[in-house]
Amino acid sequence: MGFFEALAIMVSSALVFAAPLIFTAIGGVFSERSGVINIGLEGLMVMGAFVGIVFNLTFADTFGSMTPWISMLAAMVLSAIFALVHAVASISFRADQVVSGVAINFLALGVGLFLTREFYDRGQTDIISQPFYTWDVPLLSDIPILGRMFFENYPSTYLAIAVALIGWFVLFKTSFGLRLRAVGEHPMAADTNGIKVYRMRYIAVMISGAMGGLGGAAYALTVAQAFSQATIVGQGFMSLAAVIFGKWHPLGALGAAIFFGFAQAISINGASWPLLSNIPQVFLLILPYVLTILALAGFIGRAEAPKSLGEPYIKGSR
Amino acid sequence: MFSNRTFNIVVPLISVVLGLLAGALIMLAFGYNPVAGYAAMWNGAFGDAYFLGETVRQVTPYVLSGLAVAFAMRAGLLNIGVEGQVIVGWLAAVWVGTAFGMPPVVHVIVALLAAAVAGSLWGFVPGLLKAKLGVHEVIVTIMMNYIALYLSNSIIRSLMTDGSDRTDNVAETASLAAPWLREITFFSRIHYGFVVALLMAFTMWFVLNKTTRGFELRAVGSNPFASEYSGMKVGRNIIIAMVISGGFAGLAGAMEGLGTFQYASVSSGFTNIGFDGIAVALLGANTAIGVVLAAILFGTLKIGALNMPTEAGVPTELVDIVIALIILFVASGYIIRWAFLKFSKEGK
Repeated sequence: MGFFEALAIMVSSALVFAAPLIFTAIGGVFSERSGVINIGLEGLMVMGAFVGIVFNLTFADTFGSMTPWISMLAAMVLSAIFALVHAVASISFRADQVVSGVAINFLALGVGLFLTREFYDRGQTDIISQPFYTWDVPLLSDIPILGRMFFENYPSTYLAIAVALIGWFVLFKTSFGLRLRAVGEHPMAADTNGIKVYRMRYIAVMISGAMGGLGGAAYALTVAQAFSQATIVGQGFMSLAAVIFGKWHPLGALGAAIFFGFAQAISINGASWPLLSNIPQVFLLILPYVLTILALAGFIGRAEAPKSLGEPYIKGSR
Repeated sequence: MFSNRTFNIVVPLISVVLGLLAGALIMLAFGYNPVAGYAAMWNGAFGDAYFLGETVRQVTPYVLSGLAVAFAMRAGLLNIGVEGQVIVGWLAAVWVGTAFGMPPVVHVIVALLAAAVAGSLWGFVPGLLKAKLGVHEVIVTIMMNYIALYLSNSIIRSLMTDGSDRTDNVAETASLAAPWLREITFFSRIHYGFVVALLMAFTMWFVLNKTTRGFELRAVGSNPFASEYSGMKVGRNIIIAMVISGGFAGLAGAMEGLGTFQYASVSSGFTNIGFDGIAVALLGANTAIGVVLAAILFGTLKIGALNMPTEAGVPTELVDIVIALIILFVASGYIIRWAFLKFSKEGK
């Protein structure tokens, strides 16, 4: 295997692993920019993966090759609704946002596994018959090396990158985005200007649910192809790390997610690649987490969180 | 009319009742008999001496991981990293237990200390970063969890064994095993760890309520600015709180390493002892006695649940849903408080 060929395969599989992180991290950016910490991203991904797989198994015969797309849609909608639990607890009931997020993680896994046992009588589902297949972008995939690198990937991967760009546009180029960010920086000032703080935060948390659902489903429908306890193990927390590593910016989160995707791809397939096979796997495994800590400590540029992150807004208080 | 103290008891109690009720409703919705379900759970936790022994075994690490979360919380810190601190504590205890030969009693004490030190070190890093650089401890501790998991796996595979997935058993001198307790509980995995756990619960109560350091820690937790102004060193207290919290967590790992399993093994995922500790501390209102009671409840639920599929056909995972709901209800204590005050006013 030549060097460039190996590199192309590496980049390509990094993007596969990055896609679920990108979706989820964009959701995390929306939630945190509105002032709501979302430790529950992991749970939202679990929910997305579960719904995606169950929907796919149930309707594979009805929808044929469209099934994975409709599964993604179902995962998006149901995870957004599931995120309402976090929204109600942390926005209306003023629960500690971190604790509520932790509860979401427990709840999603509990519900997912309980229902898996109910539906399939086992701890895991069957393998789906209609996963996403890689799709060669016409013309572009014929470019030597670069084609293999970027344009022979899953459709969900292209969608993830598009979502990141759309997320950036919405957050920074529309008045909706400006309001959402205002609510996260200084809710009282936003309220004074007639922005409905609670409504904006509810919307933001539901967006994070929808995106987390897409992320979980994207992972389930490409890499895992079934649902069990071991389907989503830490991808949600890694997305959270991408949010912070990307400094709460959609494009930053995109870059961080791709970088973490690299780390994951390397740790899983690295042994077969030239140059990398000499590095002990453990260093590659812990790299994303160490880098995130360093980024937080300010060694890689200071990361500033939205000002009122984590504080419930209480109307009328000073 | 109602003091905060009353609410600290009322809110968790209502939450537990609501959580169990929700569990019953779910069982009804899926066509199970909730009475049979909960009866199966009761039998599975207390039905005979074996189950009782297993329940005590499960409660033991929960007490310690609950204390770890609660201690940090009293100083105003949310230690999500208990999970990672449990893992390094487990590893350190087993390392001392397998690599050295020492006289009985001394060996087990050294192994326990090693676990506490390892956990403390893992808590020290986020504490230091918080105190010196103001980095939020939640994210750092989450990251430290994964670093602990992967490092520990790698150390077991390449340093403690020759590529094997589990270490040797710890030496008998380092084991917490209690043969006579095992015998009277039909060979459950109960061990002396519960004595350690109760001792630590007492220690936490004593440190927080009877020492100057404890007073400072609580002061920093309730108002860092006022504490700073009155001359307390906030940064130092933050580090101390994280170190002690990590020590409790490390001991929780030692309970598994020296007691339940007697070895350490490569794991693809977390033990969940640390994450469950968050639930325990929250339900126990971050007090020593509350943590012990909450640990007993969650240990009972977890062990009792294992009996639910065989006796009542209900999937074990129902209990995870119930626990998650209890956490949500406790966290939303504000609304319970509000409802409580409203109804008691209308009642008059």
